[in-house]
Amino acid sequence: MSLGKFLIRKTAIAIATMVAVSFLIFLALEVNIEEVAVKVLGQYSTADQRAAWLLQNGYNDPFLIRYLRWLANFVTGDWGQSTYYRAPVMDMVLPRLGASAILAGGALLVIIIFGLGLGILAGMRPGTVLDRVISVFSVITTSIPDFASAVFLSGIFVFWLGLLPGASTMISGFSFRELILPVSVLGLYSMGYLARVTRASMVDVMSTHYIRTARLKGASLSRIVLRHALRNALITPVTVIMLQLPWLLSGVIVVEVFYAYKGFGTLLYDAALNQDIYLIEACAMISVLVVVLSQILSDVLYGWLNPRIELGAKA
Amino acid sequence: MKALTPYLQKPLVLIGGFLAFGWLLVAILAPVLAPYNPLQTLQPLVKPLTTGSNGEYFLLGTDMLGRDILSRLIWGAQTVVIYATLATLTAYILGLSFGLIAGYAGGRTDAVLCFLANVILSFPVLVLYIVIIVVIGASPVNIVIAVTFSSAPAIFRIVRAITIDVASRDFVKAAITQGESTWRILFIDILPNTTGPLAVDFCLRLGYTAITIGTLGFLGLGLPPPTPDWGGMVNEGRAMAIAFPHLVVFPCIAISTLTLGLSLLADGLREVNDAKERQA
Repeated sequence: MSLGKFLIRKTAIAIATMVAVSFLIFLALEVNIEEVAVKVLGQYSTADQRAAWLLQNGYNDPFLIRYLRWLANFVTGDWGQSTYYRAPVMDMVLPRLGASAILAGGALLVIIIFGLGLGILAGMRPGTVLDRVISVFSVITTSIPDFASAVFLSGIFVFWLGLLPGASTMISGFSFRELILPVSVLGLYSMGYLARVTRASMVDVMSTHYIRTARLKGASLSRIVLRHALRNALITPVTVIMLQLPWLLSGVIVVEVFYAYKGFGTLLYDAALNQDIYLIEACAMISVLVVVLSQILSDVLYGWLNPRIELGAKA
Repeated sequence: MKALTPYLQKPLVLIGGFLAFGWLLVAILAPVLAPYNPLQTLQPLVKPLTTGSNGEYFLLGTDMLGRDILSRLIWGAQTVVIYATLATLTAYILGLSFGLIAGYAGGRTDAVLCFLANVILSFPVLVLYIVIIVVIGASPVNIVIAVTFSSAPAIFRIVRAITIDVASRDFVKAAITQGESTWRILFIDILPNTTGPLAVDFCLRLGYTAITIGTLGFLGLGLPPPTPDWGGMVNEGRAMAIAFPHLVVFPCIAISTLTLGLSLLADGLREVNDAKERQA
């Protein structure tokens, strides 16, 4: 399959997924119009007020019509008004998305550097003490929930050593120091997994014939790893990195709430607490969109890095 | 007992088992182990290792409402064990059934079920929980429903893949030729062959579920108070953590050791299973 065809197929599947997701979200949040009216107008609105509002906003139309209208509005950029903040949802979501992208980008950088690095170090000489230590370390970091590692790291670096700020409100402009803790917590959780995948892949490659040949020719370990092994060993881990995004998005919510960081995660969280349904809908749609896009990117990356794999072939 | 020997020789399994089964034991024995009633207010904000004014001894201190933290941790173990197990089991029942059906039936049934699973899996887990909890509210049953809904598709995928593999083997073909019913083939012939990988996944998933329930509690979307719940304890104590770190540190240690135990156990099981397969 050519890259063009492959992309068209993947995009078609992605669009079908997004349509299904949007239907689920709409079904979950807007099937009961009485509840929508209560959420928008508040607990203390009268039945008459709700009925008038429902009529005014076309809620008396059949469900499918309402869904299609909502979907059309969403696609054309009309995401409705936040019922709590009384502001257009889109204007609120986009800047927050940018703030979270900084956080997630930093975390990805940590994950890539330490995850790949530790994985390569462990997989170079499987069975050694270093390998064991790294393996145990990665199990520990992936087992501790985000909020617990946030408590532990803050306990050490904020309260005990007093080195870092305990909140990341960015209240007086962008601050790199305030990013360190949230980025570390996010990175720590996902990097263990990447390290394990990298290690497994590295161990596989190091036991192949061409590496043995290089060894027998007397090449040094560092040369073998850098010149011969890495290129093949990194194919799987690199695609795994993209698949970490959904986890990262979940982690972003916890970490942003913990450090009071004004990003996408706290926006969704506050929207949930305020029952701000249009904001929740938009945030849910955007987060699924990010996941779906990252899956396509990961597939393409895999095919590009590994020309032996035929794009779209069943693995 | 003999079948367990290769597992018991692994230090990972032993440490993981010690942590996981230790917490299970604590959960079961909570009524005996807990020194005080987890909901009773005794004396607020006592630091750990102190004797209270009425002569009570608080090993881990008390919270802002004067409840003994050790007792809440012990009862919290019961909460997490009950709800995590319940949620994981219901997710397994759904995932297993649909996975077996999709893998065995193939064709359009398989395609539809796979698409549905992919749709649910394209939600970041926490976003899915938040949406579900906003719609149906935070109650013990609803948390089980939310976790089931989001874990079942992942279990479905694993079971489906194994089923496709097992269904192509000769003994299944023999069973079909013999005229065995489809249900018998699915649950008597195929299902037992999936247990190895599923045991590993079960441990891991139990850990994820415990993390999820903890995280929901931390976000204030979990079990409603005053249920002793580790995540909820962190959430309640967070505002005072600077002056009273014991409010949050102990629940975090509790949940971390439980989930660490489960993932070490899963790791050990996987290593032994892999070694068995290499031998076979």
